[in-house]
Amino acid sequence: MSSTDFAGRRDFLKVTGVITGCLAAGSPLALLAPTRAWALDLTAFTSEQGATLLSAARTILPHDGLDDAAYAAVVRSADADAVRDAAALNLYSDGIASLGAGFATWNEEQRVAALKKIEPSAFFQQFRVKALSVLYSTPFAYAHFGYEGEAFSKGGYLTRGFNDLRWLPEVPAGDAGPLPGAAS
Amino acid sequence: MAKYEFNDDGVVVIIGSGAGGGTLAHELTRRGIRVVLLEAGKRESLASFSQVPNEAFAQLSWLDPRTSSGDWAPAKTNPGLPAWLAKTVGGTTTHWGAVTPRIQEWETRARTTYGEVKGTSLIDWPIEYQELLRYYALAEERMCVTRRAGNPGLPASNNFKVMHAGATKAGYQRVHSGYVAINSRVQDGRGFCIQQGFCVQGCKMGAKWSTLYTEIPRAEATGRLDLRIQSMATRIEHGSGGRVNAVVYRDAHGAEQRQKARAVCVAGNALETPRLLLLSESGKYPRGLANSSGQVGRNYCHHVLNFTVATFEKPVYMWRGTSQAGLVEDEAVNDPKRGFAGGYFIELVNFDLGSLPLAALPYGWGRDYASFMDAYRNMSAIMIVGEDMPRADNRITLSTTAKDAHGLPVAHVHVDEHANDVAMREHGQRQCRRMMEGAGARRVLHSEGSPFATHNLGTARMCADPRDGVTNGWGQTHDIRNLFISDGSVFSSAAAANPTLTIVALALRQAEHLSREMTARNI
Repeated sequence: MSSTDFAGRRDFLKVTGVITGCLAAGSPLALLAPTRAWALDLTAFTSEQGATLLSAARTILPHDGLDDAAYAAVVRSADADAVRDAAALNLYSDGIASLGAGFATWNEEQRVAALKKIEPSAFFQQFRVKALSVLYSTPFAYAHFGYEGEAFSKGGYLTRGFNDLRWLPEVPAGDAGPLPGAAS
Repeated sequence: MAKYEFNDDGVVVIIGSGAGGGTLAHELTRRGIRVVLLEAGKRESLASFSQVPNEAFAQLSWLDPRTSSGDWAPAKTNPGLPAWLAKTVGGTTTHWGAVTPRIQEWETRARTTYGEVKGTSLIDWPIEYQELLRYYALAEERMCVTRRAGNPGLPASNNFKVMHAGATKAGYQRVHSGYVAINSRVQDGRGFCIQQGFCVQGCKMGAKWSTLYTEIPRAEATGRLDLRIQSMATRIEHGSGGRVNAVVYRDAHGAEQRQKARAVCVAGNALETPRLLLLSESGKYPRGLANSSGQVGRNYCHHVLNFTVATFEKPVYMWRGTSQAGLVEDEAVNDPKRGFAGGYFIELVNFDLGSLPLAALPYGWGRDYASFMDAYRNMSAIMIVGEDMPRADNRITLSTTAKDAHGLPVAHVHVDEHANDVAMREHGQRQCRRMMEGAGARRVLHSEGSPFATHNLGTARMCADPRDGVTNGWGQTHDIRNLFISDGSVFSSAAAANPTLTIVALALRQAEHLSREMTARNI
């Protein structure tokens, strides 16, 4: 996902809303993206609904150094569900309305209180799982959490730190095996 | 590759190409028997395995809906996917962590060892343990299991160093980098493990044993295997004498086909196997095939599973390295003083960033939750895998509310946990916490209750008395001589061991029996 992915949808989808942002200057992704500014077009949600969802995602999983663009991916996925499925659109629309107008402008304490109030609702539970499943799979999250991802293309972690932990005692030889190639 | 006629009634039809079905297909074809192997999924390869975790999950998993009920956690946290299995050539052996401990002798005498445990349907296995040992040795050699059959263990990863330090602090003696069906050196025409940590996404090295690139191509090389992919069995038919004689399935285009058969072996995993038997009801068998005992689908076991995830002051990078190369055997004993019957293993486990919250910590939110996730670099994880108690009413039935793409009712999974399972899980959580704290953990979290099941067992179980289950000690159904069950459904009890090694051992043994019976014209 990059700023260009977001923009590309504008040409052929009916746009009902848009949320925008700017990658933090320190973000590792800012170095890779063609421009720091990004915009996400919404097809099911209005701009205000999108802003509420983005803010709700950040309140549910608050990682201060993680860019808004990562949370926007959660909103994009919810928007896609709502386009496909009228029941999902209703669930989200009613849920967003139940949070109250201006939710995105409230401070964190107020937002947490509002979410706590609707915690048992189907909307909250569905959106919480949506946030869990999308947020941590974004490249923004990989960079933020230091996760290095697949390693087959780089020859695995065998020579890239799989056993570089030094703050605990080494495992006795009998309890583990040799590095491949060391034994014949 | 062979191509047999639909009306060829000399073939053995195997349904499912995983650990049981894939191994059986190889063993039968190399003995000269002609086999049609039906697989509901597609055929992936080392090249096509996705390395994007959620794509990989979708690529390999059985995603048809399920329904569920009962008091266990998956009925609430994952009601549409309470139990996982694969839909792809190679079945669960594409995705598995390749952990291969043996079932122990006392576990195969579960009813005798544990005595009468109220609210359970415990029985003993109807096979001699000494005989099972012989097939374990064959299976371990074939699967290149580490620390068995002369194979070196895997080297210690960072994650295992944490586990080993914690286990040592907790006083455990039998701690090592595990029995895993993963090459620790080049052999069997496959490379060695390069510590990718992507075991469950499909091992692109092929270092991890899977029927997809071992048994199945070897069966094809005999010229006697007709593998039909995207072929979903919907019904097994029988003749007037009661013996099965054909399998009806939907092919890749959705068209219905009917393959005649001399014998049928069902290896669809312990959810789909009983579902197919139940779907095959007829005038002669109104309760479904092989179900005169009423036991098809009952005694569903899924192991006592629980994850423990801990954060440390310094980095672990748990994602680097073989996912499950670490084992503590000390709790895999029957010690009633602990307050429960049966034992459990403590196993190393790792999670990619995207899967961690969904698989291990699918609850919670806010600052507290996020701050735990923030320590992902410094995390280590272990899990318990223990014996759960069989209960007659923990069972697979045909769903009354959900249907699959072919209009057939999907599997409904009902589980009420037994108090013994809960006591074992709580003991396991305490021990895992002791280990993590012993290694210096700052915070320790356990998954709440049971995560969704991955070890599905017991729903067509072997039994000496036909009233207690579905098959005899060969996996041959008591009711129908030429109908066999060839997967984890046949386990008479769950035992603590991860099931795949035993499924393979039983498939090797069943293949000998089936070919003998065919030669003797008993089938």
